[in-house]
Amino acid sequence: MSIARTNRLTPYLFLAPAGLVLLFALFYPICYMIYASFLDWNPSQRIGEADFVGIRNYTKLFSDPAFRESMWVTLKFAAVVVTLEMIIGVGLALLLDRNIRGMSVLRTLFILPMMIAPIVVGLMWRYMYHPTVGIFNKTLKSWGFDPIPWLSDGNWAFASVIIADVWQWTPFIFILSLAALQSLPSSAIEASKIDGATGWQQIIYIKLPLMLPVLIVTLLLRLIDSFKVLEVVLVMTNGGPGLSTEIMSLRINRTASEFRELGEAAAMSNLLLIVLLILTFTMFIYNKAQDARAARLRAVEEEA
Amino acid sequence: MPEIRLQQLRKDYGAVNVIENLNLEMADGEFTVLVGPSGCGKSTTLRMIAGLESVTGGQIMIGDRDVSQLEPKERDLAMVFQDYALYPHMNVAKNMSFALRLARMNKSDIEKRVKEVAATLDLTAYLDRKPAELSGGQRQRVAMGRALVRDAGTFLFDEPLSNLDAKLRGQMRAELALMSQRIKKNMIYVTHDQVEAMTLGDKIVVMKFGEIMQAGTPEELYRSPANKFVAGFIGSPTMNFLTAELVEEGGVLSATGQGFAIPLPDARKASLQAHHDRTIHLGIRPSSFSEGPGGLKMPIILSEYIGAQSVLISELGGQRVSIEVNTVAPIRAGEEREFTVQGDEVHLFDPKTEAAL
Repeated sequence: MSIARTNRLTPYLFLAPAGLVLLFALFYPICYMIYASFLDWNPSQRIGEADFVGIRNYTKLFSDPAFRESMWVTLKFAAVVVTLEMIIGVGLALLLDRNIRGMSVLRTLFILPMMIAPIVVGLMWRYMYHPTVGIFNKTLKSWGFDPIPWLSDGNWAFASVIIADVWQWTPFIFILSLAALQSLPSSAIEASKIDGATGWQQIIYIKLPLMLPVLIVTLLLRLIDSFKVLEVVLVMTNGGPGLSTEIMSLRINRTASEFRELGEAAAMSNLLLIVLLILTFTMFIYNKAQDARAARLRAVEEEA
Repeated sequence: MPEIRLQQLRKDYGAVNVIENLNLEMADGEFTVLVGPSGCGKSTTLRMIAGLESVTGGQIMIGDRDVSQLEPKERDLAMVFQDYALYPHMNVAKNMSFALRLARMNKSDIEKRVKEVAATLDLTAYLDRKPAELSGGQRQRVAMGRALVRDAGTFLFDEPLSNLDAKLRGQMRAELALMSQRIKKNMIYVTHDQVEAMTLGDKIVVMKFGEIMQAGTPEELYRSPANKFVAGFIGSPTMNFLTAELVEEGGVLSATGQGFAIPLPDARKASLQAHHDRTIHLGIRPSSFSEGPGGLKMPIILSEYIGAQSVLISELGGQRVSIEVNTVAPIRAGEEREFTVQGDEVHLFDPKTEAAL
């Protein structure tokens, strides 16, 4: 073997250990899950004893109103939380992108929720939403209003989980937007001031368009995460009342542990995985397109 | 178009004072160049005029309007930035028309105006391109175009040529000069390059440490610098400074140093009375030396051939001096030549205050 060829192989040698870990930690479970989704498998059986049922688990899912409801709840949840978080997060970033004394403390405070473990966030909000001793209803009562059935009414429960999620994850969008804002070319913004743009016009015509690449990636990251949310909802409502907050990952959890249908749970997981893969690919393609554009521009610049 | 006056202008950054009591008047339609080394406050002054930097004290008057507390858009000005500050997400046409679109000018007028300006700047072929798809010189022209379409009363330039290579800079400088002749508006131009200042300015304002060292026409600054700083800053190659003493002998006053004595014209005698027998700083422009017999014998240490001119590095009284001569026959390093200096071409400065005597 020539030295040049050995040299070419060196990087792969270094990558091999990580590749092996990936193989066992990622591909093996995925293959296992795909295989399991074609089985009628009960937790008391070993996988070899389960009956092969073909695509029955999948066809059953699509005719199952509870699953369809859960899919709908998940989509609704993801759409609402991501929209709210984007609006509030970007809005806060635009508001706090200035040099006022104490701003660094404020910024740090704003990102605290993100650092708390989701289980703790769920517990915290469950206590705050408590019908009698929770801070919200106690406050309402002291002001003379009727208590709100935060977690015991379907619509309110859905709103309550959304509030908790928005509280926890808006900071994520806030810090990324703030970083994007602060890296914008300050002279372009100054030029727009000279050109006569008001504060709003600067935001709409200059700042937001320039932040767009970061915002798109942030949006996709949040979307992917919001499809996978589990702990906060599990602790707060466990999917109830009824199916009002039963998002996909909860449904999967229940199908596996409560209904003891491992095959069906695997099929659901695969469907969720497909949704997430589509989102991830969108992001990947978007990044590729951005890179390609940057490369093309660089080429033009070198030519000129 | 009104004149612009800066009155007792002051700028502090926290406890640090960068500009204190700056007073300056710019006539209507005048091309004023603020020039000075980095940190002299020239850009800060320009940005205060633009309204991008707040004013700590004093007034900025445009005509009879005090604009110092107004927003940039209320000051009727256009600006060209050092890094061009183009909007990267808009094409050239959109970049140039941004201000007009904000002002809700009607579409066909905007298009006409952009096309007119683009034609004068040779940008017609690039109107659909984004800034990143343009070369440095083209971007520079777009920045200029964006300012020109506005038809503002005052144009501000913040070192607009300093990001271009030397050849392009020369070209753009000429274009700028032509443009300013054509549109005759108030122009305020900041640069650290004295050649740009000399070639473009109707009036040059030399600044140092937030203070105006001298303001005047290029000729005034070159011929009678008010102090040693201006003398050293204006002119290329730089003026030579030597330490000398004023000595009167046999009715002739001369600036005498180690190995040289330059007789001064009688007309200057009276004004220099107080400095007789004192140390002074002597400033001689490299072009004030002329080769000829009977002058100072000077060794040539280095000869820089430029073309029609050569710059010779020599020594006088133990101090290094540069001499600019017309290249007739090449002069080589190691030779010794004789040079004379006319007494009315030397500049004298007080060694303490550095003011011209």
